[in-house]
Formats: sequence, structure tokens, C-alpha cells
Amino acid sequence: MSETTGITSKLRSGIWADNPGLVQLLGLCPLLAVTTTFVNGLGLGLATLMVLTFSNVLVSATRRWIRPEIRIPMYVLIIASLVTALELIFLAYFPALARSLGIFIPLIVTNCAIVARAEVFASRNTVSASFVDGISMGTGFALLLCAIGAFRELIGHGSVLSRLDMLFGGEPMSGLVIVDGGFLLAILPPGAFISLALFVAGKNALDQRKQKTSRSVSARRVR
Amino acid sequence: MNKNEKPRVWISGAILAVLAAICTALVAITHSTTAPRIAANAQAYLEKSLQPVLEGLEYDGKLSESTLLIEPPHELPGTGPVTVYRVYADSAPVAALFVVTAKDGFTGPIKLLIGIDASGAISGVRVLEHRETPGLGDLIESAKSDWIEQFRKRSLADPDREVWAIKRDGGVYDQLTGASITPRSVIKAIKETLLYFEANQEQVFADAGDKES
Repeated sequence: MSETTGITSKLRSGIWADNPGLVQLLGLCPLLAVTTTFVNGLGLGLATLMVLTFSNVLVSATRRWIRPEIRIPMYVLIIASLVTALELIFLAYFPALARSLGIFIPLIVTNCAIVARAEVFASRNTVSASFVDGISMGTGFALLLCAIGAFRELIGHGSVLSRLDMLFGGEPMSGLVIVDGGFLLAILPPGAFISLALFVAGKNALDQRKQKTSRSVSARRVR
Repeated sequence: MNKNEKPRVWISGAILAVLAAICTALVAITHSTTAPRIAANAQAYLEKSLQPVLEGLEYDGKLSESTLLIEPPHELPGTGPVTVYRVYADSAPVAALFVVTAKDGFTGPIKLLIGIDASGAISGVRVLEHRETPGLGDLIESAKSDWIEQFRKRSLADPDREVWAIKRDGGVYDQLTGASITPRSVIKAIKETLLYFEANQEQVFADAGDKES
């Protein structure tokens, strides 16, 4: 397998086949809590992507010193300091978004998707492989956050892409308002669960259809 | 017991200590490089958030120059000390801006900036900090809805102080769909601040020269 196909298959696995949110169902607390709008999803998605990539690289770089009995404290130290540094950077450069995401930036520490990647991948693989793994898993998680955010914003507020200024600067903008007001349930906590369930169901339905067409019914996944 | 057990523990401890030192250094460096910018952001945010509650008023000087700190116990909302930004024009009082904390929000305290002009009417209200439910309680933010604008120019005489409440509670103010605790708490805090101002207007504007910060 050449280097490029390795990276493509890694990306495919992070974004689709082993998506941390859709398939591994990890990191659901931030996923469900902040995805009320697209920009919130994008902001937290990018933050998680950065932390995941850096933590993978750091864990992988230090893996020869990692001993089984102290590995969890080491992961926690690395991830917690990365998140703290990132929170300070957000406060300094994206103050509006930091206010909007609030407690969920520090809570990236508790995103089990990050510890999970450190444990099952980064601590056993090379720095470059861990970097690619962090990028692909992080991208998968960020894309899911954006998709759920956009979906809930559309249903709940009747708008898309509002308040992008929180991330990119400029005047406050209301985005594309399609209908005034929306179906409130979508932005409430139950709406978060329902939206995630719809996305998971949609993904499984697509996978199943693909499986049927390739006639590999016998390879049905056992959960 | 394994012979290697003891050195192993020490080595593990040393590795952990070194890693902790590196991580602490990382956070410390980030902190010292971003701290000025974060402080500047907070100051700019304060100045910017003071502007909307002063719309239509004539005043001179920098806004945050003449501040007053009211230590507890006081009759204002919240239990901590309250910062008051006093606004003057030719040393005549124009308005007082109170930073108060409504304790009984739905998901925690709500920090409010309440501007009251010298005649006792609201010159504007803004939410500084809150953790209310996105899409429901957070409509108290001026960026998300104009709910907070309905208090402008109101005073304890208009409407009568008896009807300073949301419509559901027999008052005159609009509520927010799906959230009644949040508006109730905001309105209560505004009313308490107005009552305090009515009783202590003299003291609030007195000794302007002494307490400049």
C-alpha cells in the first residue's frame, strides 16, 4: 500500500467508516450540547481537531517513555495543558466565539474521543501516522458537529450560517434567514439527541444499502 | 516482590514530573503571550458594551474613568460588590451604569449592565454574562433578539412599579417563548436596581472626584 492510499483510507475511516461521533459514539457531551448553530459546531469542531492532532503527536512522540501504569495521567496532562493553551488562544483571538462556546472549550479535556485515540492509536504508532490519524478523526468529528449544527440551526432557527463573524471577524451577521423563527424542539436538548439519532440512522441506512448492492449480506456487522 | 519494582516506580514518577514541568511551561508561555491581548479584549468589550446603554445621552470623558464600588451589604441584586460607572456632563450627573448579578437565572447567575439616567428612567440594559439555554433564555442577549430593548425609557412610574413583571405574572413586559424563569429574574434585578437608585441617588453621584480609578 503506497503512502497516499494509506492517508486516503485513514481519512475515509475517520470521516465515514469509524467516525468518532457516528460510529464510535464518543465525545457525545460536547457534540450534543454545542451544536445549536453551524458556527458553534465549526468552532468546537476545529478546536477539537487541533487538540486531537496535537495530543496524538505528543503522545506518539513520548510513547517510548510511556509506561502502562502512568499512561492515563500522562494523557490527561498532555491533553489538559493543550486545551488550556487553546482556551487562552481562543480568548485572545476569537473572544466572541469563546463567549459563545463557554464551558465547552475547557470540557474538550473530557472528550473521550481524544483519550481513546491516544490509547488505541497514538501510543502504538509513529508520529506521522498519529498525526494523520488525529487529522482524520478530528475532521470526522468536526464535520459531524458542523452537519448537526447546520441541521439544528435550519430546523430550530430557520436560518443557515448565522453569526459566522464570531469565527472570522467583521460585523455581526444573521446569515441566510429562510423562515423567521423555527421549530424550537431542534435546538433544545431532546432535539440534539433526535438529530444525532437521525444522522446515525442515515449513515447505517446508507451502509446497509451499499452492502446489499454488493451482496455481502453475510458480512453483516454484529454489534 | 520483583527486584525491579522499586526503581521502576521512581522512574515512572520522574517521567511524570518531567512531563508535568513541560506541560506547565507550555501553559505558562501561552498565558504570558496572550494575557495582554485577553485583558485588552475584556476592556474593549466593556467599553463597547457600555455604549448601547448610553444611547442618546450627552456626556464627556472616558466611560470607565469614574467608577464606584458598592460593597455589600446593599439592596442591589447579587451578593458581591457592585461596580457603578458614573457618567457626567460638565460635572452634572447624567447617568449611572450598574453592573449587577441576577442570582436566580435558570442555569446560573446573569450579569447585567443597567443604565439609569438622572431622571430615574432606564437608558438601556445589556446582558454581560449568562449561561441560559441557547435558543430560549439566551434571547435576552441583544445580539439574539430585541427583547432587552423593551426596558429603554421605562421607570418606576412608567409602568407603575406594581406591574414590573412579565405578562404571565400579571405584568406588562413580554416574556420569552419557552423561558419564563430567565426574563423573570432579569426584570426582578432591573426593578431592584431602580429601587436602589431611587433611594440612594444622592450617594451614587456624590464625591465624583474621590473615587476615580
